[in-house]
Amino acid sequence: MKEKVKITPSSMLMLLLFIAVTVLMLTPFYAIIVASFKPAKLAISSGLGYKIDWEIFTFENYKSLFNESADKYFMWFKNSIVITVLATVLSLFLSAFVGYGLAMYDFKLKNVIFVAILLVMMVPMEIIMLPLYKLMISFKMINTVWGVIIPFAVAPLPTFFFRQYASGLPKDFMDAGRIDGCTEYGMFFRIFIPLMVPAFGAMVILIALSNWNNFLWPLLILRTNDMLTIPIGLSTLLTPYGNNYQMLIAGSVMAILPILLLFVFFQRYFISGLTVGGVKG
Amino acid sequence: MSKPSSTATAKAPAPRKTGFLYNQRYAPYVFTLPFVLTFLIFFTYPVISTIQMSFQEVLPGATKYIGFKNYENLFNKHYYRAIYNSLIYTALTLVVLIPLPLLFAVMLNSNKLPFKNFFRSTFFIPALVSIVVAGTIFRLMLGQSEGAIVNQIIGLFGFEPQKWLADARLGMIALVLMATWRWLGVNIIYFLSGLQSIPHDIYESASIDGATTWQRFMKITVPLLKPVTIYVLTISIFGGLSMFIESFMLWSGNRSPKDMGLTMVGYIYQQGFEQNNMGLGSAIGLSLLGFTLVLNLIQLKVFGLFKKED
Repeated sequence: MKEKVKITPSSMLMLLLFIAVTVLMLTPFYAIIVASFKPAKLAISSGLGYKIDWEIFTFENYKSLFNESADKYFMWFKNSIVITVLATVLSLFLSAFVGYGLAMYDFKLKNVIFVAILLVMMVPMEIIMLPLYKLMISFKMINTVWGVIIPFAVAPLPTFFFRQYASGLPKDFMDAGRIDGCTEYGMFFRIFIPLMVPAFGAMVILIALSNWNNFLWPLLILRTNDMLTIPIGLSTLLTPYGNNYQMLIAGSVMAILPILLLFVFFQRYFISGLTVGGVKG
Repeated sequence: MSKPSSTATAKAPAPRKTGFLYNQRYAPYVFTLPFVLTFLIFFTYPVISTIQMSFQEVLPGATKYIGFKNYENLFNKHYYRAIYNSLIYTALTLVVLIPLPLLFAVMLNSNKLPFKNFFRSTFFIPALVSIVVAGTIFRLMLGQSEGAIVNQIIGLFGFEPQKWLADARLGMIALVLMATWRWLGVNIIYFLSGLQSIPHDIYESASIDGATTWQRFMKITVPLLKPVTIYVLTISIFGGLSMFIESFMLWSGNRSPKDMGLTMVGYIYQQGFEQNNMGLGSAIGLSLLGFTLVLNLIQLKVFGLFKKED
């Protein structure tokens, strides 16, 4: 599919423009990395600069993160991983389950359910966060992993996506399955889940990333320090009266690193997940 | 479209197994049950509850109906500021984050630019960063000293160092800057996927007919990208109006001086959670829902989505 690049004078102009924008896009990463090798108090008092000053170069922030703050940070890390894995697995499975049902059967309430999914998409979560929070209190789900995950486990966008994907699969397999004595659910698990593997591949990174970076809802639900995820934990450190800026600066860099590594290796999946979900060709 | 699931199988000759697991009439309801439950418990109930609360004074054990009092209480300067901030932020992000990514996408799609994949990926990287880390970095880059990087950059163009987060206008610029950094690459990818579905021959025949680059862009690219543009507009309007965490990070929670970073959702959070005034919080939320729906209806009407189905 690759076309040949024709170099013309306008190519050079475009190239310059893109290099300039790339530099701007990478500046924040550069700034935080440079700052992470300076005394942390400096970053807070005078902001992030671009100069690398070898006289004050120090590993202190990372040392502190991996020594004094290690227990706390890795607990947050572990919590983030637990929530991300559980939420992603549950969300993928349930969205595929519902999407498959919508694609493969004709039933009375089908259109009603479609409208319902659209409604969920049209009302931002922030609008119902107050009553939802009260509901979580009465379900005793405050400060639990499930309280973070359950309310949003069946998300509208992945459900739509799986429905669309399943619609393109041959329904003859269902007839064949029935003749062979397969249950309706057995067909989903044994015939169609394997056929939907590419769809799972397209969705998994997008869903995992949004869970990993999720902030507002976990901020409301998670209450004690031992339950916090990395984003919530880091946000508690950025206060004017903070006393652990080393952890904030080095922790921020360490929070970016794993995702960046994943991105370098699985780029294609990050980007394809984005486009298949939203826009139809 | 594919055929509806065949009813012929109902008359299949083999000895049919019976029982719940084999029942084709129940199956769709079982499959969609997780959504239906989520919809009823975690969506419908909260929506009804928030409508109800908006007419109540919500106090533990002493909740009572107070009519439209919460809505009347909306008319105060904090609320006006919150609407103003949310609307301006949405408008500015639209002004920046539609044309700019479109332009970059067109260039990335042309055959004159080398290293396309590298640029596409690099522009996307900021979207991977959590808003908390992004907020931390931007807040520190926007520090008020002359050594802070944004002040250093504007210094190159001869501007004095600014107190970015202490001035309402500069604060808004800071928010839009952060949004641009995070979403430019994502929107580029949306537009790029739209561009790649436009057949090449259209451009070729237009060139043969003597159309200039600009004419081709306006007469072919823009109209054919309409579905993508509508999608990007819609999610941008939703995202813009419900912006909160960005300002939460730049100003340490909800405490921006003179409400300069207060948004609609920030106001819900402040009233509902910090002041424990769930009634007023609900009223703010419902008014935000109103804004969101109206803006999107206008947008869809302007772009004529109701007129024709693609």
